[in-house]
Amino acid sequence: MNGPLLEVDGLTVLLDVEGAQRAVLRDISFTMRPGEAVGLVGESGSGKSMTARAIGRLLPRGAEVQGAIRFGDSEVGSLSGAALRRYRGQVAMIFQDPRAHINPVRRIGDFMTEALRTNLGVPAEQARHRAVDMLAQVGIEDGARRLRQYPHQMSGGMLQRIMIAAALLTEPRLLLADEPTTALDVTTQAEVMAILDGLRQDFGLTVLFITHDLELAAAICDRTVVMYAGQIAEVRASSLLHDDPLHPYTAALAAARPDITQTAHRLRAIPGRPLSAFEAPPSECAFAPRCPHARDICLQAVPDLAELDGGLSRCARAHELRGQLQEVPRA
Amino acid sequence: MPETGGAPVLEVAGLRKEFGDLVAVDDVSFAFPPGRSLAIVGESGSGKTTIARMIVGLERPTRGTITACGHDRSRPVKSARDRRRRGREVQIVFQDPYTSLDPRQTAEATVDEVLRLHHGWPADRRRARVAELTELVGLDARQARALPRSLSGGQRQRVAIARALAAEPAILILDESVAALDVSIQAQVLNLLADIRDETSVSYVLISHDLAVVRQLTDEAIVLYRGEVVERGRTAQILDDPQHSYTRRLRASVPRPGWKPARRAS
Repeated sequence: MNGPLLEVDGLTVLLDVEGAQRAVLRDISFTMRPGEAVGLVGESGSGKSMTARAIGRLLPRGAEVQGAIRFGDSEVGSLSGAALRRYRGQVAMIFQDPRAHINPVRRIGDFMTEALRTNLGVPAEQARHRAVDMLAQVGIEDGARRLRQYPHQMSGGMLQRIMIAAALLTEPRLLLADEPTTALDVTTQAEVMAILDGLRQDFGLTVLFITHDLELAAAICDRTVVMYAGQIAEVRASSLLHDDPLHPYTAALAAARPDITQTAHRLRAIPGRPLSAFEAPPSECAFAPRCPHARDICLQAVPDLAELDGGLSRCARAHELRGQLQEVPRA
Repeated sequence: MPETGGAPVLEVAGLRKEFGDLVAVDDVSFAFPPGRSLAIVGESGSGKTTIARMIVGLERPTRGTITACGHDRSRPVKSARDRRRRGREVQIVFQDPYTSLDPRQTAEATVDEVLRLHHGWPADRRRARVAELTELVGLDARQARALPRSLSGGQRQRVAIARALAAEPAILILDESVAALDVSIQAQVLNLLADIRDETSVSYVLISHDLAVVRQLTDEAIVLYRGEVVERGRTAQILDDPQHSYTRRLRASVPRPGWKPARRAS
């Protein structure tokens, strides 16, 4: 297959916010090739989780969806019944807090093999074997014993590895990973990231990795999509994002993070706070009020997401600012 | 920890806390002089929050002593007067700004209550100080009169910091106080905390798993692993040249440009 596995095309999502339909996503477009890992990075309210939910057909009731999401040959928005169940077998999702997404009174084995037994008709004994094999893939060697245990007997890191193993059991083609390591300790995070990266290579898995951390995304992703206020601000090869950003927001985000290798007297904070999509002005750059490079032109229209040096940037001054956004050493 | 002269503002000696069979904190000692800041670094289960809770007085040590501003605080106080004195010695800002404020109290009222309780000032003096403190933490007049539900996470954390500073504590414990904030807001709050440290003589005890944050705010650090101190020294030195294998692993796990996660041989 040469075409994209996933194609998000002009996706706009409106939700009921305090009695009015308001946009939480505005004109999101990107594609994912089979085997590609794409990072979706942004702060609270940027729409990164909402994008994943739209792809997973997990939007809240009453959401109004415009634009299209295509997966292979199918139009995701129009799927129902058996076709939707098949789609959900091909698109797996893991979340930030594994404990909120697992039934605490059922054994791990029961939870892990359910989809295999009920959706794919795999006999129970065979399903258990496959679960034990998959647990070994995520670094859990005593899988048979783990299958008899309950979620409360596991640490957060162990449980997240079990969630990953469970998600991969139905051999999905796309994994939506929504901040899967945010609630974990850093050393555990490093292990889970290494496992995800390894599985991605071993299984040729396509991964959409959602995070607030630019560097974490860069660790396993080929490309990173940076979101701000419900829009895409920048798309860039992950390896170039930190040192050669195309959008002032990406540059500001990288500069605001404290650096572990040097003590700064003051961090370069971004003034104000991140906007939610529905707070963003309809006809100007959403980042302009916080942007050190903003000029009159930024307030005249929402800038287009335009191509630049192999990436995309939604900045009216992107060409002009080329080469000036890199992080300068802090005072 | 090397002494730099003068009586320590906070001294913890042989601190131990057991919960049933579990030893959460095991023989932890440290001390630092007024105006200096200490980081307590560790992951979940390392005992760092238990130490914070014992210093504030929310948990009672099984063994060991805690001395702040020359007063012992290993045991509960007997009188309201002593309890208020302790409040002026040590304050704390918790991790979650969504659950650590009274939902029915405005930012101004929250700060005012502390001023009334600890300093007993007349209304006009309190009003002036409320304005000073809310401005110091960067809340505008509208935000100062708002209830927590209409404030963002960063704004709520500013209210919590203003409330803690209102008691004019010698020691401010920051228990993962910036961990839940967005990166752009986290930088604002870290700058605010640095400014406050420069302008007052407050000492911070920063409880954190985030080594980059620790570096910006503290002079010295102790690294905890399973309740025990495994490394201590100057913060910058610990991060640039970690000695203990656990500190090295912690340091290597921090995502940074060009970072590739490595699987640990288990």
